[in-house]
Amino acid sequence: MSDKQSNQQVPSSATEQASQVDVEKRKFLIATSAVGALGCAAVAVPFIKSMTPSERAKAAGAPVEVDISKIAPGTMITAEWRGKPVWIINRTDEMTAELAHHNDQLSDPSCEVTSQQPSYCKNENRAIKPNLAVIVGICTHLGCSPTAKLQANGDMGANWTGGFFCPCHGSKFDLAGRVFKGSPAPINLVVPPYKYLTENTLLIGVDTEEKA
Amino acid sequence: MTDTKKSAAASKLDSALAWVDDRFPLTSNVKAHLTEYYAPKNFNFWYFFGSLAMMVLVLQILTGIFLTMHYKPDADLAFGSVEYIMRDVPWGWLIRYMHSTGASMFFVVVYLHMFRGIIYGSYRTPRELLWLFGVGIFLCLMGEAFFGYLLPWGQMSYWGAQVIVNLFSAIPFIGPDVSEWLRGDYLVSDATLNRFFAFHVIALPFVLVGLVAAHLIALHEVGSNNPDGIEIKKLKDKKTGIPLDGIAFHPYYTVKDMVGVAVFLIVFSVVIFFAPEMGGYFLEANNFVPANPLVTPAHIAPVWYFTPYYSVLRAVPPILNSQFPGVAAMGLSVLVFALLPWLDKSPVKSIRYRGTLYKKWLAAFVVSFLVLGYLGTEPSNIWGQFGGWLGNAERATVVARIATTVYFAFFVLMPWYTKKDKTLPVPERVTG
Repeated sequence: MSDKQSNQQVPSSATEQASQVDVEKRKFLIATSAVGALGCAAVAVPFIKSMTPSERAKAAGAPVEVDISKIAPGTMITAEWRGKPVWIINRTDEMTAELAHHNDQLSDPSCEVTSQQPSYCKNENRAIKPNLAVIVGICTHLGCSPTAKLQANGDMGANWTGGFFCPCHGSKFDLAGRVFKGSPAPINLVVPPYKYLTENTLLIGVDTEEKA
Repeated sequence: MTDTKKSAAASKLDSALAWVDDRFPLTSNVKAHLTEYYAPKNFNFWYFFGSLAMMVLVLQILTGIFLTMHYKPDADLAFGSVEYIMRDVPWGWLIRYMHSTGASMFFVVVYLHMFRGIIYGSYRTPRELLWLFGVGIFLCLMGEAFFGYLLPWGQMSYWGAQVIVNLFSAIPFIGPDVSEWLRGDYLVSDATLNRFFAFHVIALPFVLVGLVAAHLIALHEVGSNNPDGIEIKKLKDKKTGIPLDGIAFHPYYTVKDMVGVAVFLIVFSVVIFFAPEMGGYFLEANNFVPANPLVTPAHIAPVWYFTPYYSVLRAVPPILNSQFPGVAAMGLSVLVFALLPWLDKSPVKSIRYRGTLYKKWLAAFVVSFLVLGYLGTEPSNIWGQFGGWLGNAERATVVARIATTVYFAFFVLMPWYTKKDKTLPVPERVTG
């Protein structure tokens, strides 16, 4: 109320009004607001950071051991590493032979996208031992887990040479996890770091070159 | 009771009201928003859905409060606690079905409410902000639906969240970090469930209620549009200042809206009691299987109200090895509604006075929206493939691409066809 009354008494011409502005006080208020805003931004950091993966979630990424002695040729098992499915496929010789025959249908046949496999798996089979494939079963499109269609032909049509089909958006991958052209998925499936502990035991999540 | 006693009681009530009014603007608010808020007298069927949406919001908040009394936001316990609500909590099944059906019905009424805004030009000057608040409410509602759908921790909950959160990882450069931050883990997990619960029951409801308040304040500031798309405030009674074509919201429209509420509740009850799953459209079959991070169901599809946008996502092919264009197109297909006030250049607001050119475009848009919605519920190979002459392309994908093009053309070409459209003269006063 008193403000309004005093305002009415203030002369209305612009120049006179400008002379009424207490420049020092205004500077002080702007500086105070700026510091206050900085303080708010600083306080926001802990809140935003609190939503990143916790120490417990980070610790859960330990490597896993998998017994591979019981995988019959032409079949696969699914292991769990960091909560994700990891396929271990015991490919037959016919299956590995086929891998070289459809390179023209693939987006990245020679695995040039280096983030998708360790350097020692950047080969024609995407594997350490040619027959045994180790692939993270998470589609590179939007993270669904593709369905195994290991056998040629079958319900995937006459041209199918065996591989994986993602039910979410229809991406197709071959038996080395390489993506077929025309799929929504942009790049090949991930081959995780792994090594052989013995002839029949795999350690997924760690390899000889890098530590977990 | 004698007349004197009556008047004594009345004067006591009056003085109680005066006591309140001296401390809180009760009477003036009731007048401003109900008894002396003048709405056009020619509201029709399409004007039921605003008040219905408000009622469903209240219903969702109420049923939600009671569900949180029994639900456990824990990856090990969530699925079981929902089954516990369904089987062991007295009337728990009814409260949950009211909430799950309420979610779908919310989108039914909101889509109809939005369509009303489109056909009568309710987004045009001076109602741009009103419309933008509405778009905000729509986005909030989509967030609520998405976060809420994870809570039962079924297979569809899990993989739906996986796909949607991964949409963010398609954003160039910062994407993967953003989706990891949203999940709070390297995959959808307990951490994700817990925070989605927080978003669903606290964060978004607050924003939603705030936006609804802003929507109503803006509406009562500028006044309601009407099926003729003319401003009733232009012609006022010289003595009273009341718009000639306006009638008090209360009692005239409260009574009308009650009829709408009654009819709505009949439909609502039929769904709850006879078809709570609505053949898999309201509650999907795969969500009765607990979440399994290792196996994706053979066919995953979002709940019906998201399917048009989901179809847009699927229709856009990856460009330069990036799925970002599809994700961006999906985001745009939702956000583009916010631009309507500035895209529409027609001299008239209501469809009643528009020409056939606009009507054709609107019809094409509605058809494409429905086609996209249908295709989003089905796998992309539903209609088989074209022959070799079209590179064996999947029929459904081709149709979805055409529909997506029409969908966006409706908006992009709007400045052109609304200008070119041959409109009819608009009357001075509202018609029937």
